[in-house]
Amino acid sequence: MNTNDNVLIRDLARSIDGTDTMTALRARLAAAADRDGVLDVAYRIIDGPVGPLLAAATERGLVRVAYAVEDHDAVLQTLADKVSPRILHAPARLDAVARELDQYFAGTRRDFDLPLDWQLSAGFRSTVLHHLPEISYGQTASYATVAKLAGNPKAVRAVGTACATNPLPVVVPCHRVVRSDGTMGGYLGGVEAKRFLLTLEAAA
Amino acid sequence: MNVKQPFEMVVSDHGPTVLRVCRAVLGSVDADDAWSDTFLAAMKAYPDLPAGANIEAWLVTIAHRKAIDITRARSRQAIPTDMVPETPVSPPVERDDDLADALDRLPNKQKQAVAYHYLAGLPYADVADILGGSTDAARRAAADGIAALRRTYRGSEPLTARPGKE
Repeated sequence: MNTNDNVLIRDLARSIDGTDTMTALRARLAAAADRDGVLDVAYRIIDGPVGPLLAAATERGLVRVAYAVEDHDAVLQTLADKVSPRILHAPARLDAVARELDQYFAGTRRDFDLPLDWQLSAGFRSTVLHHLPEISYGQTASYATVAKLAGNPKAVRAVGTACATNPLPVVVPCHRVVRSDGTMGGYLGGVEAKRFLLTLEAAA
Repeated sequence: MNVKQPFEMVVSDHGPTVLRVCRAVLGSVDADDAWSDTFLAAMKAYPDLPAGANIEAWLVTIAHRKAIDITRARSRQAIPTDMVPETPVSPPVERDDDLADALDRLPNKQKQAVAYHYLAGLPYADVADILGGSTDAARRAAADGIAALRRTYRGSEPLTARPGKE
């Protein structure tokens, strides 16, 4: 192929380029996939005071919330590996999640009323996470207290691991678990985010 | 483990190319439907796609079948004729359209071979698999198509911007 053919191909590609319609076509695909039951995971990015949060939902419910420091591309790849690769950016399924998070960050919501899909947590970690909503809004509990709540008082370290790998941060309130001496302890979204959430809840 | 990208990345990486292929083969009016049918079918089949498969070739193969379905459905609605209409039925999109029109007037095989090889970048062996027939036949169809486009196309002499524009 000579140079003139390259120019011809380039001009041809340009003359039939449809980049401007891709957004509409992608939205149409997301709606059709949802309708046909093949949208296994829908996600969107929700902006808030702790940075952009990735929220992902299966047909059963919210399956993942992820901070930017967790690397959203890596989070999507993990969802593809562990849940299903049939993942699309499809904001509509996350409308209620976005609304409740907005209300929470505005201080007007204390509890989340969302269907949750717990499939990314298993075993004792899952037991720990299921007990976290028992710590009320504005309160904190120590890792040792949560270990007792979960039925295994000696498993303090395991409680730390469960919190550090919580697939549903903010919504499942691992930020309310702190050290026995009252200091904050770590947080999967970063210490600044934990401080922000605890301050938000203390003020409301 | 069968490592597979999220389908969203497949759409980002290959969506624009597949749309150009659909537009080349069907024209811009039917291309949107073909693109949508292609990616919905691909998403359904995606979990069963073998790891390491050539995704672009897979998508173009699906697009080829969907384009045939749409052409058949359209010809059932229209009066059957072997003649290609002199003027396009739908108004051409508002851009520099000499080339798109010339492409539209090519025989189907040539149009498809040009789209799959030159626009989608598939090797002739893959183009032959899609079209049926030999690799040489696919190569000839693409070459004949490009030659025909070159005869119609006047605007490609300068490699740089055309004088008088912008």
